[in-house]
Amino acid sequence: MDRTTILTELKKVLVPYTENKTMLDGITEETDLIKDLKINSANLVDIIIDAESQYNIEIDFDSAEKMYLIGNCIDIISDKLNQSA
Amino acid sequence: MSKRVVITGLGVISPNAMDVPGFLHAIKNGVSGVKFMPQYEELKFNCQVAGSPAFEWDNLRNYLTETSLYGLKGKGIAFGIKAALDAWMDAGNEITSEGTLWETGCVFGSSVADTDVIKNAITRVDAKESKKLGSRVVEQIMNSGVTAYISGRLGLGNKVISNSSACATGTQAILMGYEYIKYGMAKRMVVGSSEYVDAYIFGAFDSMRVLSRKYNDEPTRASRPMSITAGGFVPGSGAGALILEDLDFALARGARIYGEILGGSNNSGGQRGGGSMTAPAATGVIRCIQEAMNNASITGQQVDLISGHLTATIADKLEIKNWVQALGLTAEDFPMVNSLKSMIGHCLSAAGSIETVAAVLQIVHGFVHPNINLEDANPEIINLIGANNLPTKIVNRKINIVAKANFGFGDINTCLIISKYDK
Repeated sequence: MDRTTILTELKKVLVPYTENKTMLDGITEETDLIKDLKINSANLVDIIIDAESQYNIEIDFDSAEKMYLIGNCIDIISDKLNQSA
Repeated sequence: MSKRVVITGLGVISPNAMDVPGFLHAIKNGVSGVKFMPQYEELKFNCQVAGSPAFEWDNLRNYLTETSLYGLKGKGIAFGIKAALDAWMDAGNEITSEGTLWETGCVFGSSVADTDVIKNAITRVDAKESKKLGSRVVEQIMNSGVTAYISGRLGLGNKVISNSSACATGTQAILMGYEYIKYGMAKRMVVGSSEYVDAYIFGAFDSMRVLSRKYNDEPTRASRPMSITAGGFVPGSGAGALILEDLDFALARGARIYGEILGGSNNSGGQRGGGSMTAPAATGVIRCIQEAMNNASITGQQVDLISGHLTATIADKLEIKNWVQALGLTAEDFPMVNSLKSMIGHCLSAAGSIETVAAVLQIVHGFVHPNINLEDANPEIINLIGANNLPTKIVNRKINIVAKANFGFGDINTCLIISKYDK
């Protein structure tokens, strides 16, 4: 799965967690989940749970801590996808 | 110096209505909200009827942010949010996300945290899937969940308290809010209570053999307070909320005033002298009602209407005996008595707040709502207070003062004295 496809699918995962749908439409790898999308930091775990089920992967604690920019999220997800492939 | 405390906003979710205008219509016309529950038949409960609000999650769409609503599963919390926010807006307030309202607090009660949410947690943990629970479970299984949501949405900065005292919870919450304002600790309080009775709570009551079981095929006739054929109560779900304000604070912002809380009392019989875990001691009940009247500086003769606890068990006639002794009146000069539970069942923690909303509406609109299912009043009750004081049809008349009481497991009593607002 390429980075653009992951980003498109990640957008769908993020929909319930941000009020700022316009910002979500235009996200790039530099978009910050908390600062830009105003996602409640407590809800990051829900995004991780949803991403795990969306991509059928497991995201460990250490990896999860790095998921603050969209780009980081894509790094981790593609990494885990490659591991499970 | 103590302050006068007025009521400026009302909100309700009841088995027979989803908002205050609908509720006013329902209680004037004796509309029952008790329904047959197919699930309870399947679960082999003795009682297969319940008071169940026609709630859908979409009802909350304009009350919470989309992200907050997503992941909210607790219905008791949902009922509380809707009733409290309706009351807030009814009082002429806006919901903004700017600034903290330091002068405004909240006392909102419930009896258990949402068992559907707890069940989900138990199932996941037992299946060794606790990591899938996510961030939204704790806030809904904590007993303070409902107050946390309400105060967060409204930005309340004064006392935020979640109270619990079984069936006395609702009136206790209102009394606590009243006291904070009366003694100058807050200017405005969002008060009330909510209850969502799911199959687990219901089953536990069913096992106590205190629920109605003879009217499963006639649900609207099942809740029969003060009737000779009363055979147990019908559990109900819902929420009631009021906005209480310091009179000067309310006048300064030009608020519409529905009525005034003149006083009240909350005590316990100590589970002595006939009182127990499940039954109130008569001495405690009488003392509570008399303290409430003394606190409000009124006499028994001034009470126009008693909104009883009156759940449709054998305790009804004992309750009426207690009211008679507490007020010191005979059948000739006794006030009218009604029980909202005849229409909606017993909403447990939410009973006191929903019934107080009904009491305020009867004061504002000048009527006594009917006791439905009272075509066969208990003769012992008729002997005590007279058949004329047990209306089965709406009675249109001026109501200045209502005494509203609830008695809860643990032998906890609360009585409120609510009056028309008089400058």
